[in-house]
Amino acid sequence: MKKLINNAEDVTVEQLQGFGIAHSDIEVQFDPNFVNVVGGAKDRVAIVSGGGSGHEPLHGGYVGMGMLDAACPGQVFTSPTPDQMFAACKAVAGDQGVLQIVKNYTGDVLNFQMAADMLRDDGIDVRNVIIDDDVALKDSLYTAGRRGLGTTVIAEKVCGAASQEGWDLDRIAALCKKVNLYGKSMGMALTSCTTPQKGSPTFDLGEQEMEIGIGIHGEPGIERTAIKSADEITEILANHILEDEAYTRNLSEWNAEKGEWVDVETIDITFEDGDEAIAIVNGMGGTPVSELYTVYHKLAEVAGRHGVKIVRNLVGNYITSLEMAGVSITLVKADDEILRLYDAPVNTPALRWGI
Amino acid sequence: MDRAMGGAPAVLTGSAVRRWVEKSAKVLAENRAYLTDLDSPIGDADHGNNMDRGYKAVLEKLPESDDIGELLKAVAMALISKVGGAAGPLYGTLFLQASKPLTGVREMDGAALAQFFDDAVAGVKMRGRSDAGMKTMLDTLIPAAEAFRQANGDGDDLAAALRAAVDAAEAGMKATIPMRAQRGRASYLGERSIGHQDPGATSSYLILQALADVVAEAP
Repeated sequence: MKKLINNAEDVTVEQLQGFGIAHSDIEVQFDPNFVNVVGGAKDRVAIVSGGGSGHEPLHGGYVGMGMLDAACPGQVFTSPTPDQMFAACKAVAGDQGVLQIVKNYTGDVLNFQMAADMLRDDGIDVRNVIIDDDVALKDSLYTAGRRGLGTTVIAEKVCGAASQEGWDLDRIAALCKKVNLYGKSMGMALTSCTTPQKGSPTFDLGEQEMEIGIGIHGEPGIERTAIKSADEITEILANHILEDEAYTRNLSEWNAEKGEWVDVETIDITFEDGDEAIAIVNGMGGTPVSELYTVYHKLAEVAGRHGVKIVRNLVGNYITSLEMAGVSITLVKADDEILRLYDAPVNTPALRWGI
Repeated sequence: MDRAMGGAPAVLTGSAVRRWVEKSAKVLAENRAYLTDLDSPIGDADHGNNMDRGYKAVLEKLPESDDIGELLKAVAMALISKVGGAAGPLYGTLFLQASKPLTGVREMDGAALAQFFDDAVAGVKMRGRSDAGMKTMLDTLIPAAEAFRQANGDGDDLAAALRAAVDAAEAGMKATIPMRAQRGRASYLGERSIGHQDPGATSSYLILQALADVVAEAP
């Protein structure tokens, strides 16, 4: 293992220390660890997310005006804990409540649900929306369901803009669910990655192999095959997304009347001829941006062939897996409301425009 | 062994609960590498480290009290804030749910312990939205709770009923080997999760065994 680290146990805290100095408009808190906008959300809905470290700029890099109000980083590839989430939400919540945006990984979901229970007991109005957009998984009955990928970035951007416009909590939660149903993603890996704690690769991938449908912690995907060209790989990922049928699953949601978490049947969209979309061509951490543009070139062509017009795009590293080489593609169907909120000003370390 | 005439005690006291927590911490520390090895092929190779870190925090936070509800709540809160991953909220909810009816309680008889196990199982089922047969800690806990209730109803003393629960827990833990995981990160492996013992089922077995040992050793 060759890494720019001091001690493996200290990487999360040292990263936060540097982040705090680099971005003086964002506050960094320790024990429990979280980052938050100065002054909190006050008279608007607070937007909060979090997850394991190692996926930077997600989520801390999206804290700032027009996006997240706070983010909780866990240990590398490990969910943060409810006390972090509770403290982060308490720190930024005003009188309009908190939306938690949660990627669908078992640890993240369970910890955020516990935090939501604690916040509710503390008198804070909280909604908890799960993002599960990874089309590599077809079946939710025998797995923990589709994982959360790039749609999370769009959900955080759009919900942050809605908060700035003064939307109430129920309306923002409904918007977040819509973005999740409109978004589909899929990734692939050319190489594995090494967490500082483990010191050896998370999984083994041969020199001439690739894994299609990889998860952001190296979870297995659809298949492991011989490596193909950028165009062929892009075609595989894009076709899976664009031809994915409506996906039905149960998502856990707090039912205030029953006073318990209930499963709600949820069905997403399929892409249709004439749709407009926001695209992310996302590097997994170890792939040069030049290669991502090669992928984007082919993606635009494949999308066009399906009658889907890409009207906004992000090409770069937005949700990474340490130094893994590879790419994930996200397409989010964009209606007028989503596009307007996407275009609204944002000022965060990793996304900044309109200011 | 300094045991009273007539066998094991009829009640679990607050001080026995504290000894259970200390014994659990010791056993989990000893089995740290074993649990992490079990977690490597089907998880993310951190279960032993996470449980060890969690129970070390529990020892620091454990109050000098004989109030069982207060003790178990302290266990829950320390695990919730220190374990992370899925095991933190699952074990945290287990102890939190089971502690709720026990506030102010300083000793538990067999019936109270049977209720404790049922509350613990209900908490894990609720938090994990899971049930028996999905290759999780519930495959250890559900048969253990059932065996304990059965043995206690048959008039077994606390130590014998806990021994029956541990035997059922061990069988349940081993039964996870041929199962296909349906929850957590292991579920993404599908068929490839078959043939591996579930690490969560194993840590649950170790914690139950610690309880049975503490009661069997009780003065």
